[in-house]
Amino acid sequence: MDVILFLTFAVIAVVCAINVVVQTHPISSALSLVGVMGSLAVLYLLLGAEFIAAAQVIVYAGAVMVLFVFVIMLLNAGAETSKGRSYLIPGAPLLIVFLGLVAFFVQRIFPSSTMVRFGGFTGGGPRDIGNALFTTYLLPFEVTSLLILIAIVGAIVLARKEIE
Amino acid sequence: MELFDSFILISLVKAAVIFGVLMTTLAYLQWVERKVIAHIQVRPGPYRVGPHGLLQPLADVIKLITKEDLVPPYVNKPLYLAAPFLAVTMALLSISVIPFGPVIHIGPVTTAMQMTDLNIGVLFILAVSSMGVYGIALAGWASNNKYSLIGGLRSSAQMISYELPMSLAIAAPLLISNTLSLRELVERQAGSILNWNILSGPFPQVISFIIFIIAAFAETNRVPFDLPEAENELVAGFHTEYSSMKFASFFMAEYANMITVSAMATLLFLGGWMAPWPAEYGSSLVPSILFGIAGLVLLYHGANATRKRDKLTFPAFGIIFLGIAGIFLLPVVQSWLLPLFWFCAKTGAILFAFMWIRGTLPRFRYDQLMGFTWKFLFPVAMLNLLVTSFLVAWTTK
Amino acid sequence: MMNAVPISWYLTLSAILFALGVAGFLFRRSIITVFMSIELMLNAVNLSFVTFSYQHKEVAGHLFTFFVMVVAAAEAAVGLAIILTVFKNRSTLNIDDVNSMKN
Repeated sequence: MDVILFLTFAVIAVVCAINVVVQTHPISSALSLVGVMGSLAVLYLLLGAEFIAAAQVIVYAGAVMVLFVFVIMLLNAGAETSKGRSYLIPGAPLLIVFLGLVAFFVQRIFPSSTMVRFGGFTGGGPRDIGNALFTTYLLPFEVTSLLILIAIVGAIVLARKEIE
Repeated sequence: MELFDSFILISLVKAAVIFGVLMTTLAYLQWVERKVIAHIQVRPGPYRVGPHGLLQPLADVIKLITKEDLVPPYVNKPLYLAAPFLAVTMALLSISVIPFGPVIHIGPVTTAMQMTDLNIGVLFILAVSSMGVYGIALAGWASNNKYSLIGGLRSSAQMISYELPMSLAIAAPLLISNTLSLRELVERQAGSILNWNILSGPFPQVISFIIFIIAAFAETNRVPFDLPEAENELVAGFHTEYSSMKFASFFMAEYANMITVSAMATLLFLGGWMAPWPAEYGSSLVPSILFGIAGLVLLYHGANATRKRDKLTFPAFGIIFLGIAGIFLLPVVQSWLLPLFWFCAKTGAILFAFMWIRGTLPRFRYDQLMGFTWKFLFPVAMLNLLVTSFLVAWTTK
Repeated sequence: MMNAVPISWYLTLSAILFALGVAGFLFRRSIITVFMSIELMLNAVNLSFVTFSYQHKEVAGHLFTFFVMVVAAAEAAVGLAIILTVFKNRSTLNIDDVNSMKN
């Protein structure tokens, strides 16, 4: 059952990722990226990361990608016109083969026989994340709040209308 | 195979029951809304189709199904067809984690009155409502029409802006109840009305409740925040180019969202299916008394009716209500009927407030709406969360 | 065996998604698609983190994922604001056309 779920959502993720890279119109790429994020959320659930799966859908697919879709709609970005040669067709498979070889050799050197079972890791719930976030990782948490403040101020300053 | 055992069978039965009841409720919620708004405006509302207009939703469904399903040639077809589908899917998906009652025993089967209890139930509902924004944004974009685009963008911007105060208003009772699972949230409010999250704890969550209800009005695009879909602005906004069943899907999604946020308000703040005072002091007689009074009033008015139709319908409804009052007294159904009654009564009260406000208030202008959330509601929600967390930390050991 | 998936499959999926992200970043010409390929790379890395967190039965991997998500959200906000400004000044979203510093 886990194998069927993993294979289904892994295939959906790869197909949507190929779609992101291949489609000409940005909005099709954006919606395919939402598909990738959704299938990754299911894979996180299989790995026992419940809070991260929910955060992925709420923050990433539900807010960051909505921002992308808004910008595409506001800029009325049209389909990309290809004026020169596209190196995508030989380039992408070469990259995948290269990374596959690297992964294969790494796996030969550091073998691992861990099998992923649904329910094998129960330490990913909100209580455990909250415990670790506010005790061991308190400093990065506070620093990220500062980072978000900088991002808010930066985005508003860059994108506002100039008042003459 | 062991998989096709009681668990899957019970889940399928529950899914079928909840789906059937939900679809009927959605249709009749529209009837209730039209009657409520009509009586606020001192007119009878739907009256001719069936007794007191009760078959009006059926007539509307038949009309919408048989209308011409026009797909304009200039729209972006895949997105045009996918947008209402997405909106309805996300709206109906969030009902699957809402608990209607406690764990019940029907014959040999012990099951909870909920389709599934996730330990991250609250996060699931937030996630699904975040994804619901896509249905509206894509409907506006795919229609290839400047009014739809502006309506769709305004509506999605409104929905994501009001998600912030809503999440902060949800976080405050979670600090008091200390769990994200919706069933445990209600079970920690057991006792009496003084244990409900709105009145109990180190800090009564009245402000959170008000902020949640205001944000819920904006999330579901209801008056006073319904500028993006108003008929006299923007030519009906993002659903201008939709007809027949796709148009019906958007409205089904809106009513399903209304039911979800009312149910969330009941579960988070008003104690879910818990009675206001314990059963020893007679709270199990309340539904029978209410239906009995309604039945007797209807019988009285049926005897001295002014309109000819009422001479027949009022006594009929009176007898039906007295029958329902009798059913509430049977001990064999009380274990699951009473919690269901309290849950539906509280959710129904909030839905009535939705309709009441629709008949009463004017709508916000768009810049007033956005200014209201970013400059007032969001800081108030943050202050509320700060005060709640401070008081919770101070009073727990 | 039908109940368990070898952990190397998750890592292979992460590698494939990362490679597709790099391909999109290097070979596409619309600036928004380049940006979305960056997000795809970040998602692939998140999957790796969660997988290794499962292997060591620790929650630290989940926290790294959380921080990566926060940083990605902040970067998306600022990056899209920059894209809006570039579009306002150059009226084009093609990165080959933003070349006024070329000789």
